[in-house]
Amino acid sequence: MRLFKNTNYNFLRWRWHAVALSWVVIIAGIVTIATKGLPMGIEFAGGTGVVAQFDKEPSVEAVRNALNRNYQFGGQDAIVQSYGDAGSRQVMVRVPQVGAEKGADLATVSGAIEAALKKDPSLGNPTVVSRQIVGPSVGEELARKGFWAFILSLAGILAYIAFRFQLSFAVGAVVATLHDILVTLAFLAFFQYDMTLNVIAAILTVTGYSTNDTIVIFDRVRENLRSHRRESLSDVINLAINQTLGRTVLTAGLTLLSAIALYLFGGEVLRGFSFTMIVGIITGTYSSVFVAAAIVTFWKGKNSRPAAAAAPASTDTAAQKQGRKPRRARAS
Amino acid sequence: MMKNVRWRVALTVAVVALSVWAFYPLNKKLNLGLDLQGGVHLVLRVQTDDALRAEAETTVGRLRDSLSRTGVQFTKLEVTGADEFQVAGLSNDDAFRTASAADAESVFDRNSGAGGYTFKMKPNIARQLREEAVTQAIQTIERRVNELGVAEPVIARQGGGDQILVELPGVSDVARAKSLISSTAVLQFRLVENGPFPTQEAALESVNKVLSPESEILPGRQEAASSGAATPATGFYIVKKISVVTGSELRSAQQGLDQFNRPAVMFTLKQDAAQRFGNFTQANIGKPLGIILDKRVMSVATIQDRIVDNGQINGITREEMANLVITLKSGALPASLTYLEEQSIGASLGEDSIRSGVTAAVVGLGLIILFMLMYYKLSGVNAVVALVCNLIILLGLMAYVGFTMTLPGIAGFVLTMGIGVDSNVLIFERIKEELDLGRGVRASVNAGFSRVFMTLLDTHISALIAAAFLFQFGTGPIRGFALTLTIGLISNLFTSTFVSKTLYELVLGRRQQVATLSI
Repeated sequence: MRLFKNTNYNFLRWRWHAVALSWVVIIAGIVTIATKGLPMGIEFAGGTGVVAQFDKEPSVEAVRNALNRNYQFGGQDAIVQSYGDAGSRQVMVRVPQVGAEKGADLATVSGAIEAALKKDPSLGNPTVVSRQIVGPSVGEELARKGFWAFILSLAGILAYIAFRFQLSFAVGAVVATLHDILVTLAFLAFFQYDMTLNVIAAILTVTGYSTNDTIVIFDRVRENLRSHRRESLSDVINLAINQTLGRTVLTAGLTLLSAIALYLFGGEVLRGFSFTMIVGIITGTYSSVFVAAAIVTFWKGKNSRPAAAAAPASTDTAAQKQGRKPRRARAS
Repeated sequence: MMKNVRWRVALTVAVVALSVWAFYPLNKKLNLGLDLQGGVHLVLRVQTDDALRAEAETTVGRLRDSLSRTGVQFTKLEVTGADEFQVAGLSNDDAFRTASAADAESVFDRNSGAGGYTFKMKPNIARQLREEAVTQAIQTIERRVNELGVAEPVIARQGGGDQILVELPGVSDVARAKSLISSTAVLQFRLVENGPFPTQEAALESVNKVLSPESEILPGRQEAASSGAATPATGFYIVKKISVVTGSELRSAQQGLDQFNRPAVMFTLKQDAAQRFGNFTQANIGKPLGIILDKRVMSVATIQDRIVDNGQINGITREEMANLVITLKSGALPASLTYLEEQSIGASLGEDSIRSGVTAAVVGLGLIILFMLMYYKLSGVNAVVALVCNLIILLGLMAYVGFTMTLPGIAGFVLTMGIGVDSNVLIFERIKEELDLGRGVRASVNAGFSRVFMTLLDTHISALIAAAFLFQFGTGPIRGFALTLTIGLISNLFTSTFVSKTLYELVLGRRQQVATLSI
């Protein structure tokens, strides 16, 4: 069995369409974030915490289900935890901010939670024993440090690829990664998933996949640059993408398979995580083919031979580099 | 050739066996983080004013000594705020200014005020002291939590100010954790002038309401209550302000029993402190000596003889004793702490989510295995063996470094598995390509591995670089992710190139002529 045997699709022909599509999604994402906002999870924004006392030992799952059905501000983002010592029959429910979270709101929210829980008679007569405004558990400093750690890691990747390949490849890989993050954020905004720690972890994972994908293609480009000396850069890149296409689709498909399994069977709490993974894997694969490679050709001019940093220097490539053909010459 | 293969098989088996040994049994060896198993979550504020006040007190003490040496009289010399003190009614202004220049003005700014001077701490020094107080507090809390034996606690500064976040996975006793973390544990030995008195007023009455500036009234220890609730002190004592020896001069502290078989903490002093303590006790035989912990008189004993380097603190419960040893060993906190948030929480994912997460992971893994077997046939078996080895080595390494499993950690795990499968797919696809070019089976396998090796090196190294930065500069969950990723990448490179190649050699090496490859 063999998928995509000896394909010869001209991927780079579609790069302008791809650029347009990416921009549409990203701009739509920015507009959505600007208008509807990117909801922040309790870890980042804080919210309201309520401790409820039950007559009998409550099941966390049942409480979560009751909130899902009955909590008027939307229970899918609530964090439900057993609270206190075992046998204390208490559950802590934390929900994201509804309004400005002043005194009156606190009462409203805790009332809404209590009402939602009371609607399920099987839960055993819950009463709210304490309520409080909870601060974010991921402090500002933690978030800022995480952000800079991420930026630095991108810079590290940039330096490594520039060293192993060429600067244009490095820029292509990093832009593709940024592209994936923006697209993923856009989709999170479209579907109004909460920004939680789990989602951040998923985004990091997706970034890893995307870079991995990109490097696999670049590696093949580098190899082809040595063996196909007479062809233009875009032909070499196209060849590399086609050669690795079977692998790209297989890997993306397999990881997508497990992400979908997680989405379907992972339960409510992991839904944001698995959704991010699904979006990220798709955009990551797309960006390695259409964004990263396209950037290299934009950077170099599509008919040029890149400076032979990876290939051993030869008079052949040097001559090609000097005699860079104007673009029109080939189009005719 | 065969010898080479045997060696490779032996190495693979050894690594896998070592990994199994490292993580077996899994539930004992692998720690779960706060989000997976629950625990205690605390947010504390360091009262950094305490540190400034301590500095002001020390300076005032030093100044008082200098003034009495040079014979300068004053009517008032006292700390009036966390970062300031006042002097008034000086008999000799020039002499005072000489003394204050030497003793105070490197730290305090001197301003003229009504009938004297007000000293205000220099802002940059105050800032530095506050900073140090928070840093020291974090270090001390770390030592105490380590003594408590909590695996992978989070102790981090929050919000860049004076707040500290403490997370103790697997701990359920909030009260004990709190008292352990926030007892300042300032231990002092001071002479007791009089006491105990039933009330503070009675103590003041005994000195005709004029307390000498060298003395103060301190409460006695609290009667051991059942738990938590503050009980009235057992009495009040008038004690000297100056302490002979402090807790920082302890060499060791351990649990023990006194002569009445009651719990007691035995301690020994460091050498120079022991010298001082010996001289002091000799000079004060017959006088009562108080052991004061956190401004409470824990016990008073009459000095019977010269005491050199060891002693004991008694009159405490067994539980207090254990905590006291930990706090004494870990050193005193530079400032007191208040709690902003305290929660004993269950796992935020909850058992139900963990169970469904595991179900999903098993389903996902099963699908991948099924697909690999269908698509790559016997070579798929090779990939699956490599994948399972990878899983085992990853778990083994994580157990070995004492890793705490959190959800972001699991994300790193998933990423590694994905990259692992990808490595196999890359190699197999390449082998197919080589076969298409008409090469022999052995040549194709060798070419597949050697050509893809460079690709794998590049993908893995760049991911390692990213992980290194995330680990170095990130915090908490980000670090967990980076650590799993790092470990996973290393074990992945091993299984997808070395183990997988070994399997091929094992199968192909037996046969004389290999015409086809099941791939």
